[in-house]
Amino acid sequence: MARKLDAKIPSGPLAEKWETHRFEMKLVNPANKRKFSVIVVGSGLAGASAAASLSELGYQVSCFCFQDTPRRAHSIAAQGGINAAKNYRNDGDSVQRLFYDTIKGGDFRAREANVYRLAQVSVDIIDQCVAQGVPFAREYGGLLANRSFGGAQVSRTFYARGQTGQQLLLGAYQALEKEIARGGVTMYSRHEMLELVVVDGKARGIIVRDMLTGELESHAADAVILATGGYGNVFYLSTNAKGCNVTATWRAHKKGAAFANPCFTQIHPTCIPVAGDHQSKLTLMSESLRNDGRVWVPRRREDCGKDPSQIPEADRDYYLERKYPSFGNLSPRDIASRAAKEACDDGRGVGPGGRGVYLDFADAINRLGRKAIEERYGNLFEMYQRITDEDPYTRPMRIYPAVHYTMGGLWVDYNLMSSIPGLHVLGEANFSDHGANRLGASALMQGLADGYFVIPYTLGDYLATNKLEKVTTDHPEFRAAKEAVETRTKRLLSINGTRTVDSFHRELGKIMWEKCGMARDAKGLQEALKEIPALREQFWRDVKVLGSAEGLNQSLEKAGRVADFLEFAELMCLDALQREESCGGHFRTEYQTEDGEAKRDDERFAYVAAWEYAGEGKAPILNKEPLTFENVHLSTRSYK
Amino acid sequence: MSATHATGKGMTLTLHVWRQAGPNAAGRIVDYPAPDISPDMSFLEMLDVVNERLIAKGEEPIAFDHDCREGICGSCGLMINGSAHGPMKLTTACQLHMRSFKDGDDIWIEPWRAKAFPVIKDLVVDRGAFDRIIQAGGYISAPTGTPQDANALPIPKADADLAMDNAACIGCGACVAACPNASASLFTAAKITHLGSLPQGQPERDRRALAMVAQMDEEGFGGCTLHGECQEACPKGISIDAIMQMNRDFVRASATAVQAKEWSGAA
Repeated sequence: MARKLDAKIPSGPLAEKWETHRFEMKLVNPANKRKFSVIVVGSGLAGASAAASLSELGYQVSCFCFQDTPRRAHSIAAQGGINAAKNYRNDGDSVQRLFYDTIKGGDFRAREANVYRLAQVSVDIIDQCVAQGVPFAREYGGLLANRSFGGAQVSRTFYARGQTGQQLLLGAYQALEKEIARGGVTMYSRHEMLELVVVDGKARGIIVRDMLTGELESHAADAVILATGGYGNVFYLSTNAKGCNVTATWRAHKKGAAFANPCFTQIHPTCIPVAGDHQSKLTLMSESLRNDGRVWVPRRREDCGKDPSQIPEADRDYYLERKYPSFGNLSPRDIASRAAKEACDDGRGVGPGGRGVYLDFADAINRLGRKAIEERYGNLFEMYQRITDEDPYTRPMRIYPAVHYTMGGLWVDYNLMSSIPGLHVLGEANFSDHGANRLGASALMQGLADGYFVIPYTLGDYLATNKLEKVTTDHPEFRAAKEAVETRTKRLLSINGTRTVDSFHRELGKIMWEKCGMARDAKGLQEALKEIPALREQFWRDVKVLGSAEGLNQSLEKAGRVADFLEFAELMCLDALQREESCGGHFRTEYQTEDGEAKRDDERFAYVAAWEYAGEGKAPILNKEPLTFENVHLSTRSYK
Repeated sequence: MSATHATGKGMTLTLHVWRQAGPNAAGRIVDYPAPDISPDMSFLEMLDVVNERLIAKGEEPIAFDHDCREGICGSCGLMINGSAHGPMKLTTACQLHMRSFKDGDDIWIEPWRAKAFPVIKDLVVDRGAFDRIIQAGGYISAPTGTPQDANALPIPKADADLAMDNAACIGCGACVAACPNASASLFTAAKITHLGSLPQGQPERDRRALAMVAQMDEEGFGGCTLHGECQEACPKGISIDAIMQMNRDFVRASATAVQAKEWSGAA
């Protein structure tokens, strides 16, 4: 039976919803806040900002991360920047324009109200970060610098060299450490969440494994916040850190949290191509490079093997400039990725295996001088050279699309609460703001918006309006959850088969990349839906996990995560199969226009697909939250 | 680029790896042959390959910290042939590629060695001391809210750039591992200089220098005797100038006796 999911979008005009809602929400008296305990899982931009902000308000916060310190969360790797509707450039930006660009960029598959709020609070984020000492790039006059990013015609991206994510995360991390020192936050590093505990229908705690001792710990609280990032590593090769995983959100899903739009994944157009079978991850080259780099492939297939300097202008195809003259090299990610794939499928790719296109800086170097390019992208150019042993100042970079971000995630309402009361989900882990495609420099914005400026209000309202009985970790639900984890761990260690965890993960990744990657069709998805359960069955029969449950065991950690990916992957394919349209990053080859662009079907698919777990071996239930657009006109997304 | 290009077939290397079962176990160097290593592999991908082969043989894989594998998270940290992060300057172990080695090479791989970074297992160490140094004062107290507009306070570009140069620290611990005294001065000084270069960092500047230096000492790191090894090993190129800045800030704060007393009373 499908459930109706209430998004709890406040009434009133779009521009006033958040303001009205903030007034209408209940507050927790300052003296009472310390009586409430909150668990935050994850310490990236969303988790660290939420934990620090909630602690500053007076709540008792426990924060968990699997890394050795909260400063290593993968937000740290974001390079290019963070959007905000400051209009410091006087170039026509506004909250309304950032809202519109984001809704359109997401191919009209996100909620208007959430996205508008995101655009509104974007301006506060920059103010907050500057106050914390985030060293954003500045002009000689001392004011903040901006640059442009894909999918926008204004310059609204703030940045700190090519390390914007690092600097924003360190700002949030330092605020978190300040609160740890003050005693407001108890930090649990090298702890991995393995179960959510639901008591009387409400999220009341988690089971974590202390990764150093192997001990399973139960933690109870009045509310639980998941800020555990995305699931891009289901593809094995992605730009995500090796540790990124779906386990926390998948465990929550199996306890009743709806999983929304899992098939919406972002393939980033500018990554360093795969070099060989040993490849363990893919490295992103920031989208900001497309401000000055021109993307091309040879016009003729027979030129692909030539040195690029030997291919004259007339024989090059600057395909983005040709196909999308008004956005050109700054076309949005999904479009640029697909165009690269088409060029390579057409036999005009360059480099090993023909899976690469050129990103060429020669024009920019001629126009602006090498020094200017060094200043803008020096660290990225160095990174490229270290990995490929090629000098991008004298030879165009080779790039190819790679899995980068996941727009899907746990379903949340306007208050960022999942379908389990008390379980809130922030940042990449939720589905809410980016629709079917995220624009560049919007992930950092969303993570910090959720953590600094949304959850501090909406969590207070939840705590103030719900009667929460005292729950301790002696409760049978805690014991049952802990036993479930113990059983699972024992099982993984006792199989002692013949294949390593990584070999299963690589095989799963290959299925997903080929059948649920940049282009999908019903036939491939149906095949994947047979192959995945077979691989999963083999995993539980033949995986080899050495060592014991006590103490540090990295193979065991990986095995648990891959086991969850093997379940989750099936849901992703199911979701991709039911969405019989192309939108944003979800490109079904059966649904395209004559010139190969995505063909959306608003009549049938203007909804959020929120999947509900129905139990082991049962087909998940599809709940649909209709998307209504009252403020924007549903147009065909065109960047031509 | 210090690359010696191996061409054609993979290289055969001999690894000498520190294996230690747990924090209190005795450790030792164990030798592993590593045939068929591609020069295009990263150093950690080479370890992945070795680990896959170990698991196949029923031997426990070598534990090492890693995450982003793009040189920014600061998780990885290995002494490679006696150098923190290996032979290539400005490069973390995860971005070091095997083309920096040649066929037949012996490679010694050890964890960071420092009293304040106890070994947890094999190549994994506990760097929690760094977090506690930040807790002591490595922040600007700006609770979440609505501060003034970001452009209300212009900051000279040179100051912002100096702040960014020092904020680039990834907290990997190479500076400590490279230092003959196992000093954390470069790490601590980078944060002091980052925040102290900005107008927002001024109100807490004295307290920050005193508290962070005190915590650094308490954690058991050695003192700085200006060998400069930290600067050489730092994958982010942070300059030892930061240590001069830290020393100046520390002396100035100590000399402001009344203020210093007031702050330590409040801490």
